[in-house]
Amino acid sequence: MFEVSLGHYLTLGAIIFTIGVIGIFLNRKNVIVILMSIELILLAVNINLVSFSIFLQDLSGQIFTLFILTVAAAEAAIGLAIIVVYYRNAGTIRVEEIENLKG
Amino acid sequence: MLAHAIFFYFFSFVAIISAIMVTASKNTVHSVFFLILDFISISCLFIMIGAEFLGMIMLIVYVGAVAVLFLFVVMMLNVAQQKNQWFKSSDTSTHIPIGLIVSLIIFFELIIVIGGWKYKPDIIKNFSDSQISNSTNTHTIGSVLYTEYIHLFQISGMILLVAMIGAIVLTFRKREGVKRQNYFSQISREKNQGVELVEVKSKEGVKIDV
Repeated sequence: MFEVSLGHYLTLGAIIFTIGVIGIFLNRKNVIVILMSIELILLAVNINLVSFSIFLQDLSGQIFTLFILTVAAAEAAIGLAIIVVYYRNAGTIRVEEIENLKG
Repeated sequence: MLAHAIFFYFFSFVAIISAIMVTASKNTVHSVFFLILDFISISCLFIMIGAEFLGMIMLIVYVGAVAVLFLFVVMMLNVAQQKNQWFKSSDTSTHIPIGLIVSLIIFFELIIVIGGWKYKPDIIKNFSDSQISNSTNTHTIGSVLYTEYIHLFQISGMILLVAMIGAIVLTFRKREGVKRQNYFSQISREKNQGVELVEVKSKEGVKIDV
């Protein structure tokens, strides 16, 4: 119980990953919250990589966490730019009113 | 060890609660603030278990750049006051129970994998023999990142450049009635277009039409 092991960190990552997936599915607000849920999922992946890297004494996990951080920043910038353009064109970014794709 | 456990449970509790609040809060600005809180607590966890460089980079990149970008866009688009409609408009959303089921199945699969998984005990020994060092975390990351992973490092720089150009190109728009400089027409102007020799008669002046 008081010995924090690798499993504790992996469980934390799993919980945050699941919260992110639930946030994507259950979202009825705007698309920005969906982007934030994607950031949560990437954060959970980072937790997994860093905890494996620390507990197995291998630095590759932390290096790949850096690259994931880079890609997450790029994805957030592009996604927010797309949202801004969509809001300018359609006037709304509510999830249930975005129906151009008939999905 | 007890202090380590106490801090771990505290930070992970804060992280989980704020992750729930990111998806559940009514106001989008509050979601962004809870996202910042989540990133801060996770980076505290990273610093606690010995990955201090990544913890600080998480603080700088996520809290300093990404979350502020989210906040900026939320305030710019004036969507902060849109009310959350969880479970209220259930006639239009039939995918909520299926989403919950799929998410819970994913969670239990992850828990099963974590609980019933063991790595070979000689893996740790092999790695710790190869990469033990007395230098700091930042120093060792730098010595690996700029030697073994230099190509991936440069490609990630290219990704950032493409993302920057893409964001600029996407949000760029031409407005009507705004005077802009056109360097090509400025440079390619000839002498006979720009200068005109006018004979001015005395006491009549000259009319200039631009």
